[in-house]
Amino acid sequence: MKSRTVRVDYLARVEGEGALLVKIKGEQVTDVQFKIFEPPRFFEAFLRGRKFYEAPDITARICGICPIAYQMSACHALEDACGIKITGPIRDLRRLIYCGEWIESHALHVYLLHAPDFLGYEDAIRMAKDHPDEVKRGLRLKKAGNEIVRLLGGREIHPINVRVGGFYKAPHKQDFSALAEELKWARDAALATVRWVASFAFPDFDRDYEFVALRHPDEYPFNEGRLVSNRGLDIAIRDYDQHFVEEHVAHSNALQSRLHERNSYFVGPLARYNLNFDKLSPMAQEAARSAGLGPVCRNPFQSIIVRSVEMVYACDEALRIIEHYEMPDPPAVKIEPRVGTGYGCTEAPRGICYHRYRIDDRGIILDCKIVPPTSQNQKTIEGDLRQFVQTRLALPKDKLQWQCEQAVRNYDPCISCATHFLKLQIESE
Amino acid sequence: MALRKPKLAVWKFSSCDGCQLSLLDCEDELLAVAGAVDIANFPEASRAVVKGPYDLSLVEGSITTPHDAERIHGIRRASKFLVTIGACATAGGIQALRNFKDVKEFISIVYARPDYIETLKKSTPITDHVFVDFELRGCPINKYQLVEVLSAFLNGRKPNTPPHSVCMECKERGTVCVMVAQGTPCLGPVTQIGCGALCPAYARGCYGCFGPKETPNTASLSAWWSELGVSERDLMRVYRGFNAYAEPFRRESEAHEK
Repeated sequence: MKSRTVRVDYLARVEGEGALLVKIKGEQVTDVQFKIFEPPRFFEAFLRGRKFYEAPDITARICGICPIAYQMSACHALEDACGIKITGPIRDLRRLIYCGEWIESHALHVYLLHAPDFLGYEDAIRMAKDHPDEVKRGLRLKKAGNEIVRLLGGREIHPINVRVGGFYKAPHKQDFSALAEELKWARDAALATVRWVASFAFPDFDRDYEFVALRHPDEYPFNEGRLVSNRGLDIAIRDYDQHFVEEHVAHSNALQSRLHERNSYFVGPLARYNLNFDKLSPMAQEAARSAGLGPVCRNPFQSIIVRSVEMVYACDEALRIIEHYEMPDPPAVKIEPRVGTGYGCTEAPRGICYHRYRIDDRGIILDCKIVPPTSQNQKTIEGDLRQFVQTRLALPKDKLQWQCEQAVRNYDPCISCATHFLKLQIESE
Repeated sequence: MALRKPKLAVWKFSSCDGCQLSLLDCEDELLAVAGAVDIANFPEASRAVVKGPYDLSLVEGSITTPHDAERIHGIRRASKFLVTIGACATAGGIQALRNFKDVKEFISIVYARPDYIETLKKSTPITDHVFVDFELRGCPINKYQLVEVLSAFLNGRKPNTPPHSVCMECKERGTVCVMVAQGTPCLGPVTQIGCGALCPAYARGCYGCFGPKETPNTASLSAWWSELGVSERDLMRVYRGFNAYAEPFRRESEAHEK
């Protein structure tokens, strides 16, 4: 029987090092492995013995693309351990800096990493020769997001102004005036982005996923809420470990997550959107509708539209926060460490990022657990590929390979994060 | 004959991807840079790969696996100039904290099946393995310094990246000294400039992202920190950050380890 493989040894346009292997025997896909060979860095090990206030700066270094996610999850978990809940303007500033990270990360993925797949270019630089206005718009949008992070955090990558309890220094209201003007442009650009990506051709593909995201009674989720799914999961963040398990498989340096009672699940923009459509701002909802999306979207290839809708929301929300902002004084709540365990889970651009820390009375971290979004999507990515390849066996190999890569990039996988987490390889025996 | 555009390659080892992202974060300069060079290998941004040799290779990340310790030699052979970018590539990064402990214990803390993990005992900078033409510091690097380095190498000159301490830049930007005025411990006096003296401008002490400056007097700074009430254990921790395995910081941290 004729056998073949599709393999991509070094998957491009993702953050970090991964590979893909699909084995095909005759007309059957026999094996799919989404491999993460990014070397392990052992954050959970060397955090032991560090002071609790060091965790936001250290865990930021897990990922250069979404450091805010790690800083926010770490801060919320450690504040939980110390019995503190942050409210008021400090809480708003945290949502604002997260808006910045979503805009920056989503613009990077939509314009520079994912759109070239839909339009048939190797990369955005080649795409820019034929679509200069779009690429320039994407770069300026990305810059607007980074500008929020830079103003609040000091710099785009590994910001220095975030601390357990709040910020080292809070901006004055007038510091936001130039930024607000740029964000008004960005909101229009995000609306134009939704229209642009909605015109792409999408493969007819969906599966019966279990989507998991945070849900908050009053707002589209960033830092707080309950963990919910479309199959009845509805738990507090502190009960995460009772419902989710991590498994170590031979082909990956990332631990794969699954739900105890069921199996694989889906996190990220699509999950957030499907579980929280009603919490999007009217403008973001309208943008989604005009792009032809209902309140539920199960085609992962259309995640590029959902990411664009979330950019509209993030610009809208950032402008709302800036408009109502009053400078907090002091910029941080004083935290006294106490013996305890704390839990934090926030919505990174790619999905939920879970942290748990156990600290002693001097604030020394005794142990911790960090679950990044991409490791949670690994099993779902493998499942997608299995079904996707099966219906496309007649395609020429190079075309099949590129489409497989695109299917993986639907998830905006961040492999640097997931390691403890990718190459594409399709193999026919 | 038309001038051939120089070939630029970007390589990744153990890292967070933040330093190579700095190139994509040059939103205003990216298309100009892409116009001046042939981006021959940059997997984070493109699926197209052009074979070497390369005129300039940027290397991000530290060496932590037997495979990577081999791979870096092939990259060196294929590169006219090799520049390391960031604290991982120039000092081993935060993952070099394993160098002070037993890596086997680390593996067993994180992974259920240690037998699946292949890793070296130490995380080491690129210069421990091959000749490096220039090291660009920072966790993360400064994107304007990156553009300066690209421009310098493409034009055959030395990059202008000052080696002096963060203190100098605080003075330049008019930031009041956080250590003198507020008694906030700060690594600025022993840390190389490059970030723009950010932390003191945000009312916190420097935590050493850009690594040790030329001839740092770490012992003297530690004595000042002790006077501010910082414990020996905390002094050890503070030098054990993102540049923990850079020689002056490593020695100073060990001096406070009991």
